[in-house]
Amino acid sequence: MADKTCELFDCGHRACGGCGAALAARLMLKAAGPNTIVVSSTGCMEVFSTPYPETAWKVPWIHSLFENASAVASGIEASLKKQGRTEKVVVMAGDGATFDIGMLCISGAFERGHDITYICYDNEAYMNTGIQRSGATPYDASTTTSPAGSHSFGNKRPKKDMPEILAAHGSPYVATASIAYPNDLIQKIEKAINTTGPTYVQIHVPCCTGWGFEGEQTLAIAKLAIETGLWVNYEMVDGKVTKVKKVVRKPVEEYLKTQKRFRHLFKPKRQDAEIAAIQVMADKNAAKYGTEIKLKKD
Amino acid sequence: MLEITEGSHAVAEAVRLCRPQVVSAYPITPQTHIVEALADMVADGKLDADYMTVESEFSALSACLGASAAGSRVYSATTSQGLALMFEVCFNVAGMRLPIVMTIANRALGAPLSIWNDQQDSIALRDSGWLQFYAEDNQEATDLHYIAYRVAENPKILLPAMVCFDGFILSHTYEPVDMISQEDADKYLPKFAPKERLDAADPISFGMYATPDYYLEFRYNTDKALKDAKSVIQAAGAEFKQMFGRDYSAMVEGYRMDDAETVIVAMGSICGTIKDTIDDLRAEGMRVGLLKIRVFRPFPSDEVAQALKCAKRVAVLDKNISLGAKGAVALEVKDAIYSSGIPVYDYIIGLGGRDVQKKDIREVVTLAGKGQGNIFVGLRKEVL
Amino acid sequence: MALAVGCRARPGKGRDNKTGSWRVFKPVFDHEMCSKCGTCQTICPEGCITVDAEGFFDPDYAYCKGCGMCAEECPKKAITMIQEEK
Repeated sequence: MADKTCELFDCGHRACGGCGAALAARLMLKAAGPNTIVVSSTGCMEVFSTPYPETAWKVPWIHSLFENASAVASGIEASLKKQGRTEKVVVMAGDGATFDIGMLCISGAFERGHDITYICYDNEAYMNTGIQRSGATPYDASTTTSPAGSHSFGNKRPKKDMPEILAAHGSPYVATASIAYPNDLIQKIEKAINTTGPTYVQIHVPCCTGWGFEGEQTLAIAKLAIETGLWVNYEMVDGKVTKVKKVVRKPVEEYLKTQKRFRHLFKPKRQDAEIAAIQVMADKNAAKYGTEIKLKKD
Repeated sequence: MLEITEGSHAVAEAVRLCRPQVVSAYPITPQTHIVEALADMVADGKLDADYMTVESEFSALSACLGASAAGSRVYSATTSQGLALMFEVCFNVAGMRLPIVMTIANRALGAPLSIWNDQQDSIALRDSGWLQFYAEDNQEATDLHYIAYRVAENPKILLPAMVCFDGFILSHTYEPVDMISQEDADKYLPKFAPKERLDAADPISFGMYATPDYYLEFRYNTDKALKDAKSVIQAAGAEFKQMFGRDYSAMVEGYRMDDAETVIVAMGSICGTIKDTIDDLRAEGMRVGLLKIRVFRPFPSDEVAQALKCAKRVAVLDKNISLGAKGAVALEVKDAIYSSGIPVYDYIIGLGGRDVQKKDIREVVTLAGKGQGNIFVGLRKEVL
Repeated sequence: MALAVGCRARPGKGRDNKTGSWRVFKPVFDHEMCSKCGTCQTICPEGCITVDAEGFFDPDYAYCKGCGMCAEECPKKAITMIQEEK
């Protein structure tokens, strides 16, 4: 069981106040402990935590390029194996680095079966470069490269299903998690680290700056994502969905209306068709993963 | 022990003797025989390394980066398109000061696609901060690997190194090569034990970012380290001579330079053809010599200037071209001897595997004698 | 301190950056109302909330950015955000 009192992510980092990714880094390190080597991709987390000579990481840490964290991690794992060392290798990469530019490397690393844990902190856009659309950006979210306008409702494509893709690579343990449920997150990361082979945890990480809400709402919004069914917390063991977080579902509108990135669905005019389309996506998630809590009727 | 062996196999054996812990490579003609030979060695228990069959060259070098940072001696090999794909990682490795050694079986860059030899691939990365060695023959190609690791891993240097040898011409050719013993290799190349590595016992953050307040100084330090490598190469080469009789202490090597009026400057296997031509020309009474450049980065400006100071004219042969300008070696040689006033004539030759014969070298000497440079040797005007 | 080889550093200097200077609002912790659940400490993105000998929590104002997440999540509403006087 992880030592929860150990703080391996130092104060003084430059994340925005209320940053979900910073919290994810802290919680990950609580799960992983000091015998961990962390590999970060280029992105918000790497930038806010390591401006030379200041570093927030109290474990060995390495950043190479945007897209190659999995390959670097593979090399570290191979080296540790040859040296007979016990440190665990954990990748911390954003959604842009994972879903898009890093696809080549993550696919190769998982296909080769390295004993690494890949954690994607998913804030659903390229945040560090100023909020551009990624393969993880949800349908109708407005970003600077998929902006809402008179001729557009924002991002036209649904989220890429990375957990499914990596399960298909034969990953023995894949999970989705959220900073809204920190203890669950810590448990899943511990499980991922302690499972031999390439494992994957995708953490939902609301971004106040990128999504457009006040920093104090970060966890409340993360909870709403799950409660509306737009994010599902689940585990996959050897490709089969096991534990799923069940909810009494709220309509998607309650989540969408909290964030400026979906504001165009409500102002200047309410876009019923778009909101309905998003509701269908949430309904499909609920059906696929079985998130409904069946309320007994008297 | 002297063996008749294929260049690739000699290189693979040299790498085996250097005991890399992690080998990460992606196949590409004409490097494949090296990585296949290493795979055989691992499969037969002759090389105790983790052999990673990665999904691209980009990942090959990235994996080497991780393994090196974690404290392992590592190895990769590539060429042409593969090296081009590694472009981003090459700069990263040098900036992170990781002593990776990589063989480049020199090959032309597409487009148009070509699998044949020229030196454009490694030349295109001359800015990257890697040490660059160019081998004239397979003996040099083999020996330069021991030297490359030795220099790269020197705690004052800590820079990656490319050992370049001409694809097919050297890689696929059988030549007699003297292989040193494992015992001697271990004496010459001690275990890799970096002071700083990824280690939970001493947590360090590698690859931080540098603001404008620091970036210049990091680049200055890296440049200084590459230039400081000159003296380390000298010492490592001299020790190699002491142990094995072959002298690699000099970054350049003269052939029949003593009273040469025309000096040809070149790198790589072409030097063998040049030497044969010089012997013919000398027999005819012409005073021609060769200055072979064996280390291109750091560039041996002083050594080149010293070697060429008595020449009447210099003819530089480039198996590469900086499109829109000139060949890379010519530009550097001109810079090195600028204040001497000695004319430098530049020739582009042997691109994309175009065979270079003695008659082509003769033609160069003739053209230089007439003061004509800036020429693509052997250009087939009828095809244009 | 000499420039590192290869842009790397050991931890420590990060703490020189006192992010408490970023604050506009400041959390005030009421120990009377606190149930010692530890949620605030768990969810602070800075990790600057520590527990004292009696089991009560307080932020390190040198680093607290005043994001307000602790106040929002505290089940006992024992944390209040007040405008900081500079």
